[in-house]
Amino acid sequence: MSQSTFDIEKKVTTEKLRFKPKSKGYIPRGATFLAVVIIILMLAIILGNIIFGGAGTISVKFLTHPPEQGMEAGGIFPAIFGTVFLVLLMVIAVVPVGVLTAIYLHEYTSPTSKITKIIRVAINNLAGVPSIVFGLFGLGFFVGFIGDGIDSLFYNSEGPVWGQPAIIWASLTLALLTLPVVIVSTEEALRTIPSELKDASYALGGTKLQTITRIIIPQALPGILTGSILAISRGAGEVAPIMFTGVAYYLPYLPAKLNDQFMELGYHIYVMATQSPDVEATKPILFGTVLVLLVLTFMLNFVAIYLRSRMRRKRVRV
Amino acid sequence: MKRLKFKRKSRLREFIGEKFIAINALVALLAIILIFIFIFKEALPIFTNPEIRQEAGLDKMIFKQVYYEGRDPKYAWQPNSDVPKYSLLPLLIGTIKAAIIALLFATPLGVGAAIFSSEFAGKRTREFIKPIIEILAGIPSVVLGFFALMILATILQKTLGLTFRLNALNAGIALGLAVIPIIFTISEDAMTSVPSSLRDAATALGANRWEVSMTTILPAALPGIAASIVLGFGRAIGETMIVLMASGNAAIISASFLDSVRTFSATIAAELAEVVFGGAHYSVLFFIGSLLFVFTFLINLGGDMVLTRIKARIQGKI
Repeated sequence: MSQSTFDIEKKVTTEKLRFKPKSKGYIPRGATFLAVVIIILMLAIILGNIIFGGAGTISVKFLTHPPEQGMEAGGIFPAIFGTVFLVLLMVIAVVPVGVLTAIYLHEYTSPTSKITKIIRVAINNLAGVPSIVFGLFGLGFFVGFIGDGIDSLFYNSEGPVWGQPAIIWASLTLALLTLPVVIVSTEEALRTIPSELKDASYALGGTKLQTITRIIIPQALPGILTGSILAISRGAGEVAPIMFTGVAYYLPYLPAKLNDQFMELGYHIYVMATQSPDVEATKPILFGTVLVLLVLTFMLNFVAIYLRSRMRRKRVRV
Repeated sequence: MKRLKFKRKSRLREFIGEKFIAINALVALLAIILIFIFIFKEALPIFTNPEIRQEAGLDKMIFKQVYYEGRDPKYAWQPNSDVPKYSLLPLLIGTIKAAIIALLFATPLGVGAAIFSSEFAGKRTREFIKPIIEILAGIPSVVLGFFALMILATILQKTLGLTFRLNALNAGIALGLAVIPIIFTISEDAMTSVPSSLRDAATALGANRWEVSMTTILPAALPGIAASIVLGFGRAIGETMIVLMASGNAAIISASFLDSVRTFSATIAAELAEVVFGGAHYSVLFFIGSLLFVFTFLINLGGDMVLTRIKARIQGKI
C-alpha cells in the first residue's frame, strides 16, 4: 500500500506539470484513434469477406437439406439441428444451476464470508479454463467416469451404451463452460431489484423461500434471460469442448436420443476447412456455413445486449 | 393446532430450499476441483506406470534425447513415429511464440483503443466503440480460425512474399483478434475507475485534458492495464481452434515468426482422437492439459487478485 493516490498526486504536482511545455496532445489522440480505426477495419474485413463469400450460398435448400456428394453439395440441416439440440440441452442444465448459485451468493450469504469468496474465485477461474481442457474433462469425467459407470451398473450389453461420446455429454461439458456467464448475468439482475420489494414481501409474512420464488426470480427474469442467451451464443460457437465428447463429422441420421452423436456447425466448419480433399469445391458451402453460424451468434448477442441495456436503464430510473 | 402444523412444514420447506440452493452454488467449486482431479488422473501413468515412464517419462519430455544410435541428441515431438518422441520443448516454444505475437498485435490496439475511448472520445463515440468490441468478442474462435486460414493467410502471403501460408504470424494475428476485447475491456475499466477527484485535482493545477490523461490517469491505471495484458496472455495460451487452423501445426524449434508452430492446445485437439486409450501418448496429452490448466489457473488467480486490490486501493482512498 506504499503508493497511495496521495503519492500519485504528489508526483504529478512536484515533478511533471510544472516544467512541461504545453502540448495539445494531438499525437497520442491520433495514435489511439488509429488503434480504433484498425480494429474497425479488421472487423470489417472479417465480416465483409464472410458475408460476401457466403451470401450466395444461403438458400432454403441449403438450410433444410443434408449434405450431399461428400459435402460438396446439398445443405447443412443436420448441423443446424445438432447445434440447436445441443444448446437446448445445455441451457436446461446450466440455467437452474447458474440462477440458484447467483441467488445463494446474493441472498443467503454476506459478500465477505469465506464460502462466498471461495465460490467467487472458483467461478472466475472456471471462466478462464481453456476450452480444450473442458474437452479433456468431458472425455475423462462424463464419458469415461459417469458414462462407463452407468454402463457397468445397469447394462450388460457388449458395446457401450452411455460410455461413449454423445450429445448429452457434450451439452453437459458446455454447460460447465457457460456456467459463469449465467451466474454473472443473474447477479447483475439481482442487484437491480430494489430492497423495498423484498422488505414488503417479508413485511407481509413471506418467508425467504417465498420471497425468492415469488418476488426475486420474477423480477430477475430479464437478467436470467440475458444470461441464457449469452450462454447459448457462447456455447453455439465453441468447438474444442465437444470435439471428443460427442460431435461427428457426418451422420446419416439426426440425433434423437440423449446418447446419440450429432453434427454441429462449428465442427462442420473446422473439418471442411482443414480436412476437405478439394477445398475449392467445398468453398461455397464452407462460407455459407460460417455465415449461418455468425448470423446465429450475432442475433443472439444483439438480443442479449438489448435486454441488458433495457435492464440497466430501468435500474437508473428506480 | 392447525397453525402449528403449517408452520413446521413451512420451516422444513425453508430448510430444504436453502440446502438445495446451497448445493447448486457449490457446482462451480466442485467443477474446478473435478477438472483438476480428472485431468491429472489421466496424466498420472507418466509417473506411476513403469512402461509408460520408460517411453514418455518426465525426463524424456524435458531433456534432449538420443533417439537413434550414433546421432546427435535432440528435442523432437513425433509421438507417432516408430521411435516415439515426446519432447515438450518444441510445443512450449510454439505456444509462447504464438501468444507473444498475439500480444504484440493486440496490446497496442487494445490499450490504444481503451485510452481513446476513456480519455479522448465523446460520449457518443464511446457508445459506438463499445458495441464494436462486443461484436469482435462475440465472433466464435472457429470463425476467427477460418478467417485466418482462408483469408488472412493469403493476404499475408501476398504482401510479405512468404513460402508457407500458415505460420506463427498468421496464427498470432488471429489470436490477437481474440485477445483485443479482453485487453480493451479490462484496461478501459481500469482507467474509468480512477476517481474523478484525481482528474479534478490535476485540472485545477493547470493541466490540460491530455496532460491529465498522461500524468494522472495512465499512471494510476497502469497496474490494471498490466493485468489486462497478463489475462490476455492467459487467453492466448489456452485458445485452441484459432491456432489449430491457422498455425500449420509443425513442431519446429525456431525463433522466426514466419515458421509454422504447434501449440499445446492444438496438439491435444489434433491428436487425442487418434491415440490408444490409456497409452503413453494419451497420458502425455492429458499431462499437457494439466499444464495448461495449472498455468491458466495461476494467471487468472493472480490477475484477479491484482485487479481487486487495485480497485480497492484506488477507490477506497477517496
